[in-house]
Amino acid sequence: MAVASDVPKESFRLSMLIYDTRYRSITIQIFVLILFALFLSWLVSNTISNLAIRGKEFNFGFLWSRAGYDIGQAIIPYTNDSTHFRALLVGLINTLVVAVLGCIFATILGVIIGVLRLSKNWLIGRLMTVYVEMFRNVPLLLWILLSYVILSETTPQPRDFRVTDEMAAAGTEPAASMMIFDTVAVTNRGTNIPAPLFNVDLGSVDLGVVSINLTILAYILVIAGSVWINRRILASARARQEATGDRPVTWWKSILVLFGPVIALSVALGLHLEVPELKGFNFAGGILVAHSFTALLIALTLYTAAFIAEIVRAGILAINRGQSEAAFALGLRPGRTMNLIILPQALRVIIPPLISQFLNLTKNTSLGIAVSYLDLRGTLGGITLNQTGRELECMLLMMLIYLTISLIISSLMNLYNSSVQIKAR
Amino acid sequence: MEKHFARTEMLPPMAPPVTERGVVKWLRENLFSGWFNTILTLVGLWVIYTLVTAALPWWLNSVWTAGSLAECRDIVVATAGEGATGACWAMIRERWHQFIFGFYPAEAYWRPVLAFGLLFAALGPVLFAGQKRNLTVLLAGVAVFLLVTLVPAHAPLAAVVAAVVLLAVSLGLAQVAPGKLLWFTAVFPALCFWLLWGGSVWTPIVAMLGFAVMGGAYLALVGRLGPTSSALIGVFLALLWWLFLDVPLTGVIDGVLPWGLMSVNSDQFGGFLLAITIGVTAITFSLPIGILLALGRQSDMLIVKTLCVGFIEFIRGVPLITLLFTASLLLQYFLPPNTNFDIILRVIILVTLFAAAYLAEVIRGGLAALPRGQYEAADALGLDYWRAQRLIILPQALKISIPAIVSTFIGLFKDTTLVAFVGLMDPLKGVTQIVRADINWKGIYWEPYIFVGAIFFVICFGMSRYSMYLERKLKTDHR
Amino acid sequence: MSDVAIDRSKMKVSDEVAIQIAGMNKWYGTFHVLRDINMTVNRGERIVICGPSGSGKSTLIRCINRLEEHQQGQIVVDGTELTNDLKNIDKVRSEVGMVFQHFNLFPHLTILENCTLAPIWVRKVPKKEAEETAMHFLRKVKIPEQANKYPGQLSGGQQQRVAIARSLCMRPRIMLFDEPTSALDPEMIKEVLDTMIELAEEGMTMLCVTHEMGFAQAVANRVIFMDQGQIVEQNEPKEFFNNPKSDRTKLFLSQILGH
Repeated sequence: MAVASDVPKESFRLSMLIYDTRYRSITIQIFVLILFALFLSWLVSNTISNLAIRGKEFNFGFLWSRAGYDIGQAIIPYTNDSTHFRALLVGLINTLVVAVLGCIFATILGVIIGVLRLSKNWLIGRLMTVYVEMFRNVPLLLWILLSYVILSETTPQPRDFRVTDEMAAAGTEPAASMMIFDTVAVTNRGTNIPAPLFNVDLGSVDLGVVSINLTILAYILVIAGSVWINRRILASARARQEATGDRPVTWWKSILVLFGPVIALSVALGLHLEVPELKGFNFAGGILVAHSFTALLIALTLYTAAFIAEIVRAGILAINRGQSEAAFALGLRPGRTMNLIILPQALRVIIPPLISQFLNLTKNTSLGIAVSYLDLRGTLGGITLNQTGRELECMLLMMLIYLTISLIISSLMNLYNSSVQIKAR
Repeated sequence: MEKHFARTEMLPPMAPPVTERGVVKWLRENLFSGWFNTILTLVGLWVIYTLVTAALPWWLNSVWTAGSLAECRDIVVATAGEGATGACWAMIRERWHQFIFGFYPAEAYWRPVLAFGLLFAALGPVLFAGQKRNLTVLLAGVAVFLLVTLVPAHAPLAAVVAAVVLLAVSLGLAQVAPGKLLWFTAVFPALCFWLLWGGSVWTPIVAMLGFAVMGGAYLALVGRLGPTSSALIGVFLALLWWLFLDVPLTGVIDGVLPWGLMSVNSDQFGGFLLAITIGVTAITFSLPIGILLALGRQSDMLIVKTLCVGFIEFIRGVPLITLLFTASLLLQYFLPPNTNFDIILRVIILVTLFAAAYLAEVIRGGLAALPRGQYEAADALGLDYWRAQRLIILPQALKISIPAIVSTFIGLFKDTTLVAFVGLMDPLKGVTQIVRADINWKGIYWEPYIFVGAIFFVICFGMSRYSMYLERKLKTDHR
Repeated sequence: MSDVAIDRSKMKVSDEVAIQIAGMNKWYGTFHVLRDINMTVNRGERIVICGPSGSGKSTLIRCINRLEEHQQGQIVVDGTELTNDLKNIDKVRSEVGMVFQHFNLFPHLTILENCTLAPIWVRKVPKKEAEETAMHFLRKVKIPEQANKYPGQLSGGQQQRVAIARSLCMRPRIMLFDEPTSALDPEMIKEVLDTMIELAEEGMTMLCVTHEMGFAQAVANRVIFMDQGQIVEQNEPKEFFNNPKSDRTKLFLSQILGH
């Protein structure tokens, strides 16, 4: 043990803070933490003195004062007498409406394009490649502005839809006509679509902040019930297959259960459509959808669909040919191979980037400001901010809301990821 | 058939049946295999037909010289008949300089043009490292571009001569010592800044001296103190230089030798000049920051990791627009009272941080894909953390993530259009709105959007093709 | 392999101590992987460590250049104790070469660059000199013609020989081998073993975790058998194989030589 005793007993030296693996990382971290704390306190003290210079204070009381501006598209009741907080809610709902519709449409379109791009058809493959490259390599803002300009500057005025007595006598057609069985009219003021109306009004329950429309509630309950019953049917079919090896036919039961109750409810409530009609120089009845909304939705859908198409394509390509060959060799038919072998694996590859595209789309709704769409950015971060002059509060609150939405979506993604993780050593 | 069949003579190979060869086979396999494919083909043909019949006359009837949209339409009607449509490129012809330069003074157009040309000369040694031929072609291309463009852009003779000499020297160096060209790449940012914004020539030079101080301190100390501490001391000294010495020193030298170019204000920037300035600067600076953030996120030091994760998730969780508004509205709260610095610079800082957070996530993916053995082998050879990262880990991690890095860059470049919302004149919304507000061009929309969109498309598509080329070139791990 | 003619004349063992391990313990969490390891390796010794999988033999040699951290006891390599001091760790690592089971060559660098990287950056050797050294060792492992290829273009055996050359370029005084032939196809094992035998003939101090018992008999001057994180038996190869003392060793040898 001669060598061992040669090594001197160590005592603490200052240089050990850097060169000793035990202390090194702690030293660095404390150093970083101090720097960060200094930076933070610098920011806060600057902010405090700047607020003092401007004679402002930091509080959110302004949210409960009168907003005083109108919002064209308000899904919950809103007037210019409502509070800024109410305006914020309206904006948030507008953001979410575009985001959800955009995600749905972009997914449908993206899946179609992605699959078609892989098709053996040379022409279609090329067309889809052109689509994807065209939309991916040009800014989203261009598509929003272009859609808006086309909608608002090339569409006819409402009076072009008019059929005057002379025209009727002469048998000439009006300059513009409605689409889809005369139910939809696109004018330079917006798109007039039919409104669903009910003969029986179930009323609504007021819960202070929000009032819940009982008709919508009834539909939600019925649909949820149908979906639940459908799952029971499928589960019992699976149970029977596992017990006897014979899978009963279920598709007609599913259709009946999924659509029957909704149709029955609609009939009971007397659902009918109120078609917009030309009254004088403008359309009346129905719902007027602003072009800002339509343009934003179209542009977001087309743009995001290009990215989703690439994700779908990559996901399908990622599944090795051997997988489907193995399934065919086992005697599975193509449909079953797709359902049982290819899709479960492809979805594992597709879903995570797909969700991050949803996240991008949601954040991109904030570009609606380019066409004056009053979303969260337009209400809280736009008019409210300008009227009250509370940049700090409005911006922080807005970032917080966007951050919350993003974190909710990405935590859903993490949940999904951990649930489908392939078990491997 | 006989029970024991044996061929007495061998058959020569035969051509396949008509349906299995040539054009017919190609058509059958690629367009008309089965009823579904046939329908698809017909639908595709119909779509192409509709697009062509709608757009082709419009393109063919293009008008190149006219003073207003109304005049354009008159010309189209006069040449192609009543009811015909035609593109009015006369607008682009009249306003192209605004799309490219914004309100940048016309007599100084040569400065951004020169900066743009030299940008490629500076990028060359990085993009084509070790490829003498490509580098030479690129530098020669830049020289030709500058010769062709500088004179029409009213460049003073001295500038043209300087550019030609610089490129001649670079071309020479590219033949003997291409590595030395990286020095030009290093000073290019300062040169570019000076060309674009003008002002005293000493401002960028003295600022660059700060880096010289940093590098000098590092080299002098690294032998005694090790890389981490000497780097920290170098950064500290450079900060001292910039905070306390920079401005007075510049003032003194400028008083003695007042050499400089005419100053151009940030609000005169616009169009693609603005987009490329913001895009290139942000791309350049976001990559190192993104790498540091990714390393921090992979670190086993809890505090460092938490800070990096927090920063990345925050930036990725909010839309870029809100960050741009932070630049324009909130920075005045966060900075010491009465500091007021350039709006373009503020925007660049926020866009850089935004891109860095996305890059960090991309690079983290690359780091995670490396096998543990690489780290162990580097350790076993005695490489310290930074050397192991620089020589072994990062080259591989970055290579894996090239496609994702480039698509982040493409996204960043497209996002530069959003600066329109903080009052800067981007080509898409800013300039187009100005043009469309002009009484002469009111109502024009396809032409400006096609023009701007096409330029964006060329740049972004070019970047994505380059990344594919790079990926193929760097593939070393195949047999 | 035992009857291969091997020149043992140069394989002298000196009295100088190269590695000294005393009372060393290591845990993974609560799992006690290495239990009271005591061993001394003299300069020029060739030691083969064997044992069933999970017996801690790889962990032991990974502790010697601090790829793993031990919690108790002492490891002294070439007079430098492995403590938490980074300078000591760097010193030991530049003196000790290591060859891994999966080669761990750097796939983005050519063979030559793989070999010159550490000498240039750690030893501060001029590039030209480093390249000459690298070519010298590549010739020695008999693949100088592959110098400008990338690792992915070589066979497994060639890659492992490059890995040996890469370690040698640092002019190590001790070489550690962590199952160098386990990831190789049978016909490639021989070329790697030949390289290692040549190295042994030149008097390199070697610690080798391997199941190649032929190599152990031919080259080693000591075989160490480990089980459950302990050194169960160590002896000269002849004694070890012909006359094992412990029952565990007998069982292990019967399993490994029995087929």
